[in-house]
Amino acid sequence: MDNKRRSFLTSMVQASAAAVAAGSIVGGFVEENKDKPLTLRPPGALKEEDFLKTCIRCGLCVEACKNRDNKVIIDGKEIVTLFLAAPGDKKPIGTPYFIPRTGPCFMCDDIPCMYACPTGALTPDMCKNEKGEVAIDYAKMGVAVIDPSSCIAFWGLQCTACYRACPEMDKAIKIEWKKNERTGKHAYRIPVVYEDACTGCGMCENACVTEIAAIKIFPREVFLGKAGDRYVKGWDEKDQQRVRKASTQTTTKTGRSRKSAIENLNEGIKWDQ
Amino acid sequence: MGSIIKNKYLILRRITQFTILFLYFAAQYWGWKILEGNLSFSKFFDIIPLADPYAVLQMIFAGAVIATDVIIGVLIVLLIYGLIGGRAYCSWVCPVNLITDLAAWVRRKTHHEKDNLINVQKVKKFRYFFMVVLLLVSAAVGAAAFEFINPIGFFTRGVAFGIGFGWVWLLVIFIFDTFVLKNGWCGHICPVGATYSLIGAKSIIRVYHDKDKCTNCGECLMICPENQVLSPIINKKSDYISGIECTNCGRCVEVCNDNALKFTLRYIIKQKGEENEKSNIN
Repeated sequence: MDNKRRSFLTSMVQASAAAVAAGSIVGGFVEENKDKPLTLRPPGALKEEDFLKTCIRCGLCVEACKNRDNKVIIDGKEIVTLFLAAPGDKKPIGTPYFIPRTGPCFMCDDIPCMYACPTGALTPDMCKNEKGEVAIDYAKMGVAVIDPSSCIAFWGLQCTACYRACPEMDKAIKIEWKKNERTGKHAYRIPVVYEDACTGCGMCENACVTEIAAIKIFPREVFLGKAGDRYVKGWDEKDQQRVRKASTQTTTKTGRSRKSAIENLNEGIKWDQ
Repeated sequence: MGSIIKNKYLILRRITQFTILFLYFAAQYWGWKILEGNLSFSKFFDIIPLADPYAVLQMIFAGAVIATDVIIGVLIVLLIYGLIGGRAYCSWVCPVNLITDLAAWVRRKTHHEKDNLINVQKVKKFRYFFMVVLLLVSAAVGAAAFEFINPIGFFTRGVAFGIGFGWVWLLVIFIFDTFVLKNGWCGHICPVGATYSLIGAKSIIRVYHDKDKCTNCGECLMICPENQVLSPIINKKSDYISGIECTNCGRCVEVCNDNALKFTLRYIIKQKGEENEKSNIN
């Protein structure tokens, strides 16, 4: 091999190796930066994993939110809901998010942010009910969670700020009455969140009177559990449908049940006789 | 007045670059519907979509379903630069060019044009490798990887939506270009620029060099941010600057005092030239 060709090949190998090294650093940074599970997305957002693939970071949703018809101005200050994450915001860079305590979603009827999205990262498909009707009331931006230790309603004080702020009043937050045994003659009026009606708009967190909000919005996948197939609501006709075809004669095979119980108990014991 | 005419392309470029940034700002703060979004995806007059081909390519590798609007946006951009403008995006649109041109200016004013910490010959093709590697990284991490560090995004988003700590990254690029490698970011690293080089490889608008007028003064080679596209042609032959990395910035045309360089339309002029030659023979 002549020298010219040799040095050309060497520089190609060096350049590609440098590209792989640089690419790995970028990849490591991306892995770290995109994994922000507490980020709250605008209505109609895809599942976080798909959202990060699909969002092109153009900010059209943020512009639509900023320039919407029903601007909310309190004491001369405009309440900003959607932001586009800049470096340092501790959110995946360039993606839209909102912070309910300072700027909740006001649930515009025409959902301007969702319809502004060109890529389908925000899509009406993720903002509809079982019948396929699209409305902001079917948004699933997050779910409200109450901390009973700091919620003053749980102390026995009269509040209901979150209940009254909730756009889905008496559906997403209901007030439940309970006797206050401490005084013997008063009632607790306790807010209870019903996740199926909660849109995660954050009006409750915004309205909460405590120093740090006692009711907060969390992404649904962060907070909500899942009972799984094993548990069925016997009093719920719809839930009953799930086990309609279930056989009553099921045997579950596990590592232990493969042998009989006696064999399993006696295993490993040395008998004298 | 003379210097305005002489530097007309530079002035026009700065006007387009700042106008674009201003329109993005106005779209967010006053709701102007002229140019909304940013350089990864825009809407022109609220209807024409424009999308960054490299961002979309990364999204495809990441496994995203690409929406119709985005596909149309990419096609429009491919048509504009592929047929007409070449790599003009880099010098006429991209705001990072403001930073890297400033760094190049500092180098010229302090007479440190050739002081590099990195061997230029060795990093010639780095950007193309980097472009491909980042596509693979996008597939591996399941997100458009370069968009997390894209200074173009930091800059344009910064103007409309707040820059956060993004200015640090822009400062790093300035420092890198000034002290480490001449035209380092735009000329050797940026995968978006590499993509536009490939897109605009066959575009019509090109700089034409007339050897008969050239006095070999070297001004054009000194000012060109991608002078590997000039060096095979200047004072060697009369031809189009066909190197794919030419950004059509027009600086060479402006600094040439001998009128040896000018913007022309590649295929059309060539045809005419051939016809002229034929008629001359006849």
